[in-house]
Amino acid sequence: MTTTTVMTKPHRTIWQRWNWLLWVVVIGALYYWTINGLKFTGLQESAGAVSRSIVDGLVHPQWSYVYDGSGEDLVSLILQTLAIAFLGTIVSAVISVPFAFWAARGTHERFFLRSGSGKVVLTLIRTFPEIVLAIMFIKAVGPGSYAGVLAVSIHSIGMLGKLFSEAIENMDRGSEEAITSAGGRSGQVFALATVPTIMPEFFSYTLYRFEIAVRSASILGMVGAGGIGTPMIFAIQTRNWPKVGIILLGIVIMVLLIDSLSEQLRKRLI
Amino acid sequence: MTYPEIPRRSWVQRWHVKGIGGTVVLLVLLVASSQMTGVDVGMFFSNFGQFMNLLVRMSHPAWDYTTVIIQPLLETIQMAILGTTIGAAFAIPFAVLSASNLIHSRLLRNVTRLFLDLVRTLPDLLLAAIFVAIFGIGSTAGVVTLAIFSFGMVSKLFYEVIETIDMGPLEALESVGASKVTIIWYAVLPQILNQFISYFLYTLEINVRASTVLGYLGAGGIGVFLQRSLNEFNYSQTAVIILATLVVVLVIDGISNHLRRVLL
Repeated sequence: MTTTTVMTKPHRTIWQRWNWLLWVVVIGALYYWTINGLKFTGLQESAGAVSRSIVDGLVHPQWSYVYDGSGEDLVSLILQTLAIAFLGTIVSAVISVPFAFWAARGTHERFFLRSGSGKVVLTLIRTFPEIVLAIMFIKAVGPGSYAGVLAVSIHSIGMLGKLFSEAIENMDRGSEEAITSAGGRSGQVFALATVPTIMPEFFSYTLYRFEIAVRSASILGMVGAGGIGTPMIFAIQTRNWPKVGIILLGIVIMVLLIDSLSEQLRKRLI
Repeated sequence: MTYPEIPRRSWVQRWHVKGIGGTVVLLVLLVASSQMTGVDVGMFFSNFGQFMNLLVRMSHPAWDYTTVIIQPLLETIQMAILGTTIGAAFAIPFAVLSASNLIHSRLLRNVTRLFLDLVRTLPDLLLAAIFVAIFGIGSTAGVVTLAIFSFGMVSKLFYEVIETIDMGPLEALESVGASKVTIIWYAVLPQILNQFISYFLYTLEINVRASTVLGYLGAGGIGVFLQRSLNEFNYSQTAVIILATLVVVLVIDGISNHLRRVLL
């Protein structure tokens, strides 16, 4: 007499078998709400004509705007945009360092009160819209690129502080222990072990943030904080599409150049 | 008795040429850019009173304004969801086309990637300004902006995921003569689905943040009210809007972070 063993399927509860249905219902309801809630009435009759003139302007950019020596041309404003991004990033990198040590979780800490509060502050800074910061600084220092620099340097703290603090948390503690075991004081440990270990990563993150700052510096001008954004928004508002075309071209080339340059540098650092 | 020879250092190392040169370049760039941007530290502090005045006025939020902004806040979330979905849907074919393990034609891959790189260079507000000119003021412009913005981002994240998959199941199916579509459906999709959803949620988080300011240029959502309050110098309303945006962003981040942790 032979006994046959039947392979039974692993038992799944009803919940496990049917919970995909719940997700389908939830996601379906979410999209139903989304599509019904939005009013797509914005489409104008002139949309086709406007798109055609935009494409026409992009194909025939106003080359005379590239450089005319007035200081208000494309090249000088692109340089100004880069200057805003550069200065803002450097200032923010310096301010971020104390924030990073504040928010980094220590090795011997039991309650994460200090690092936790630091992380909350950094999150708040990160979520505060950069455009609003720029408008606030315009009230303080007047319209122009100075307000842009201030906005970039405050806003970037949120992200740089977070990246720096994670770098500190994940750093190799070996050299610190070596200096301590050789009798180094805490100041010496910091200067001889912590800083040299962490520096390349800090530089790399700062460069990465610079790439982002270049993009945001190019739009901060739309609210009056200097750089290429100001002529851009005027050109869009006056429907001067050839000028929009050349500015767009300038921004694309600038961003591509900065991205590849920064990538090269970052590859060498780490 | 002979001493071992002390290793010679080249003069580049001995005089710290790289370190000093780098510092000098950095300083020159700093001075040049602070001149170009007209930075004046003194001016900030002499106008500090005005800045503090603004902060003081913002520190008294007009709480009754909250009821007005709930609807536009929901609209902002709706814009972000729809924009991200459209962008991600368009991103999938482009991600497949630029993944080096699925597409063997180098030319096709490089052309696709160059196109995606170009799309990614455009900042979101700039796109919003152009689409407001095309579609008129309203949430349509916002949805299209977010769709294009997330298309550029998602397609890059997606093709990087596709490139990291395990090729074993693909080769197994290929060896029994499965078609390209079958391979993608049974070998590629199960490996990448969770990461796709995770990146989709991550993009949604970024889009919720972005969509809160798009309205500043007329692209719908809470940004329209932000711009109105700022133009009317009604900073107590601005404060409510910023706080409400903060809450929405944190809630969406929390949900999305939780879902992503469950998925991965």
